[in-house]
Amino acid sequence: MFEYAPAPESRSVVDIKPSYGLFVDGAFVDPASGGSFKSVNPASEEVLAEIAEAGADDVDRAVRAARSAYEKVWGSMPGRDRAKYLFRIARIIQERSRELAVLESLDNGKPIRESRDVDLPLVAAHFFYYAGWADKLPHAGFGPDPKPLGVAAQVIPWNFPLLMLAWKIAPALAAGNTVVLKPAETTPLTALLFAEICQQADLPAGVVNIVTGAGDTGRALVEHPGVDKVAFTGSTEVGRAIARAVAGSRKKLTLELGGKAANIVFDDAPIDQAVEGIVNGIFFNQGHVCCAGSRLLVQESVADRVLESLKRRMAQLRVGDPLDKNTDVGAINSAAQLARIRELSDAGSAEGAERWSPPCELPERGFWFAPTIFTGVTQAHRIAREEIFGPVLSVLTFRTPAEAVEKANNTPYGLSAGIWTDKGSRILWLADRLRAGVVWANTFNKFDPTSPFGGYKESGYGREGGRHGLEGYLNV
Amino acid sequence: MTATTTSARSDLTELGRSETALRTFLHGLPGVDQVGAEQRAAQLGTRSIKTTAKAEAIDLAIRMVDLTTLEGADTPGKVRALAAKALRPDPADPSCPHVGAVCVYPAMVPHVAEVLRGSGVHLASVATAFPSGQAPLEIKLADVRAAVEAGADEIDMVINRGAFLAGRYSEVYDEIKAVKEACGSADGGRQGRPAAHLKVILETGELATYDNVRRASWLAMLAGGDFIKTSTGKVPVAATPPVTLVMLEAVRDFRAATGRQVGVKPAGGIKTTKDAIKYLVMVNETVGADWLSPDWFRFGASSLLNDLLMQRTKLTTGVYAGPDYFTLD
Amino acid sequence: MSERVAVRKTYKLFIGGKFPRSESGRSYLVQSANVSLASRKDARDAVVAARAAVKGWAGATAYNRGQILYRVAEMLEGRRAQFVALGVPADEVDAAIDRWVWYAGWSDKVAQVYGSANPVAGPYFNLSAPEPTGVVAAVAPEEPALLGLVSVIAPAIVTGNTVVVAASPAAPLAAVTLAEVLATSDLPGGVVNILTGRLTETVPTLAAHMDVNALDLTGVADAELAADLEIKAAENLKRVLRPAPAGHDWYADPGITRLTTLLETKTVWHPKGV
Repeated sequence: MFEYAPAPESRSVVDIKPSYGLFVDGAFVDPASGGSFKSVNPASEEVLAEIAEAGADDVDRAVRAARSAYEKVWGSMPGRDRAKYLFRIARIIQERSRELAVLESLDNGKPIRESRDVDLPLVAAHFFYYAGWADKLPHAGFGPDPKPLGVAAQVIPWNFPLLMLAWKIAPALAAGNTVVLKPAETTPLTALLFAEICQQADLPAGVVNIVTGAGDTGRALVEHPGVDKVAFTGSTEVGRAIARAVAGSRKKLTLELGGKAANIVFDDAPIDQAVEGIVNGIFFNQGHVCCAGSRLLVQESVADRVLESLKRRMAQLRVGDPLDKNTDVGAINSAAQLARIRELSDAGSAEGAERWSPPCELPERGFWFAPTIFTGVTQAHRIAREEIFGPVLSVLTFRTPAEAVEKANNTPYGLSAGIWTDKGSRILWLADRLRAGVVWANTFNKFDPTSPFGGYKESGYGREGGRHGLEGYLNV
Repeated sequence: MTATTTSARSDLTELGRSETALRTFLHGLPGVDQVGAEQRAAQLGTRSIKTTAKAEAIDLAIRMVDLTTLEGADTPGKVRALAAKALRPDPADPSCPHVGAVCVYPAMVPHVAEVLRGSGVHLASVATAFPSGQAPLEIKLADVRAAVEAGADEIDMVINRGAFLAGRYSEVYDEIKAVKEACGSADGGRQGRPAAHLKVILETGELATYDNVRRASWLAMLAGGDFIKTSTGKVPVAATPPVTLVMLEAVRDFRAATGRQVGVKPAGGIKTTKDAIKYLVMVNETVGADWLSPDWFRFGASSLLNDLLMQRTKLTTGVYAGPDYFTLD
Repeated sequence: MSERVAVRKTYKLFIGGKFPRSESGRSYLVQSANVSLASRKDARDAVVAARAAVKGWAGATAYNRGQILYRVAEMLEGRRAQFVALGVPADEVDAAIDRWVWYAGWSDKVAQVYGSANPVAGPYFNLSAPEPTGVVAAVAPEEPALLGLVSVIAPAIVTGNTVVVAASPAAPLAAVTLAEVLATSDLPGGVVNILTGRLTETVPTLAAHMDVNALDLTGVADAELAADLEIKAAENLKRVLRPAPAGHDWYADPGITRLTTLLETKTVWHPKGV
């Protein structure tokens, strides 16, 4: 047997300070209240740093800094100059990508292979892409002279901390807005390093402000009367609350929320690639992916074969130290998330679905959950309806294309879907009928800054990425 | 092909009887998505194999090398030297294992056989009008018999790519079957000598698609091939990780369907330890430990061996070696 | 010689291609006519009709939808005098007809203008195209009664949505007459459903309805009501068009925001390989 020796990425590339302030008006400042919270490494439960907790006063200060920067500097700056700042930021991200990747894996628990090969390249690409738009807005299709909105309040989740920051900040700045961004309370570190990168790029003070904290901080930010735009990525439940909070205001709102994507495998699929796609669809990033292919819909005639291959493939997944370069599945981001995954998985067993995980030794400390599949799942099961946001796949079967469409769409969500078949016309027929914002055919979980991403139905509204991604930050 | 029952197994042996049955079966195999297959192969290539794992991998790779010379300029002296190197790749280190086999043209077989006799290193010969395969069947079979009689215990044949690409699957099948018979049979038909192992070269660089690689793999296995091999090394595109991945998937599925295990040999273009380790990772994570042995996986290579030896020395001494310290044979 | 006694018209609701009275049996006197006073139940029936029509209408070709909308404009032109007789100014009728024609032409262009081919950094075909969001609930502006109504209905349906629209409570006759135009064009039943009566009775039901995909608050002048409706809409995350600002110029080029807010963008990926 070929055992891979540990191959840990070095931590020495990152320099984590014992404590971090808020990034307001170009400088790190202490919060008015003096409150703080801890960010821990979910793979070891080690405390990484003490993080300032922003209260309503701090949020107000950040919004005023953003307003001032918008009115005095950024809103009136020629697009070509805004572009140059964004290009600078993109370059610094590339140059410091290993540092950012290691920090992301430490704070989030995701494997270094993913932060290094997926997150960071996409972060840099996103800034490059939107940098180029900053001086071409009249050509974006939103009228001859589209105007920015003003101050954008942005609240992002913990699953792709820096990538979600890039999805939010890059288009906002390109369009001429200034921002106040709140990273998730369990993963604030890369956003704070990004603040340093803004300083390094000599970005004018107040254009980017980072306020750290939990739900109360986020609420204060989106409800602040001084913001013109609210952008949120996270759960549908919180998205709903935000939609209520901005009702009746002038604030423009975009929401990227939960999902329960169907990954549909037909009997003529390229099976080996489909199995890779299923694995990538649900175990990528520990399943902490809003567009995860969490419902496998497999045609009955090929179900046994696909499941056999899937189990064999799952047995190859390497679960463990996120900093080991050979780790495929890292740590669950927090104790709270682990509890939720456990609760839903237990519900799956209790409701009669059959649970399977490959033999897999989990570390003693930290938050871990073995890759898991449930077979014999029906549409009525909680694990087929509720977003688990973890490495748990529910397997259902279908017999005809029409039944596949019906089951796939039978959810309040509509973020993404997958189709696996060798028949081109069937792909296009299905793609037309699936109520989902992103349809991956014979692939899954692919992202690109040029490609619009966002949901139908309760998965939210507005698109991030591409020309479409500018619309949410322009007064159109 | 999902079938694992005894009756289904006998069905597969019947496939070769009819062109229609072969075609229906081969075209009923699941397709291969090019982009997905290449991404999977590339992803496996990012594994980081260090320290003890690297040391084990290097020794295993050395044992899997089919040390090859296939030049018009080959002479008895040259191939004897190569065979000597196969036995003791690193004369300075007796703990260094010997390679899997030496691979030469049929005319060179007797000279190599003398050196290798009783050593456990196999003697492979490319036969069947290698590398083009463009000779009458009788001549190809005679080529095979001659090599076997001269002492080769492994025969590397090339398939008829023209017939394959034209969809004349029976022709390819029948030819492989005939060569397999010429390799001898287990009942001692060739003067009591065990049958030579048949490696079937698909020449994947000429097959154009991964779908074709999968079909050719199955065709070769159905016809009795003991190994499937990527390339002759004589066309511009030789072994690649995704081609090898598709072939590994084929041998895995073939064993599940028939119970018979077939080996895989990527050949050509594998020059560095890093490359070789990527292939071993692919074997490990695609077909598993059952194939991690020289009996079931080989590298067709020449310059690879010296790189493996240099890396091996680095691991044992902690010092980077130079090419001057390893023999060029 | 005695004058001829006129035949008066009953102004009813327009649901699923039919003209039912309100299930509540109520009417109200407005513009010298008895007009149906739609109930919450009527609003729910209208949503059911609109949902049933989505599959066929969204599935029709863009060319077909464009043809049908143009046919509506032709019918409107033919009834020009009738609208004028209802008190709609002639230039408003003309503008409404022209607006309908303008939107008709968008059916097979919006995907080209609002979609995109995305040059992703990999071997993938990647295309984004708009699709209708589904059932739209809309509140027509108080005035201009006809032009405002047309400006709310046409952009919703031309892309394949179906609509339940609450007509101007003070001037519903233009809406009911428009319904007659729609019923005699080739528009499938249920694509447009028109409710007359009090906004406070029907619109909260529509705003809260979980089978409605978008809410167009254009005609809601009361800011508090609009905010309340938007809060209701959040329950299933309806796409929301906020009320038109006071003094909005209905004769100006409307742009395409009304179209695009009621569209979803779908992005499809596929590998390119042999």
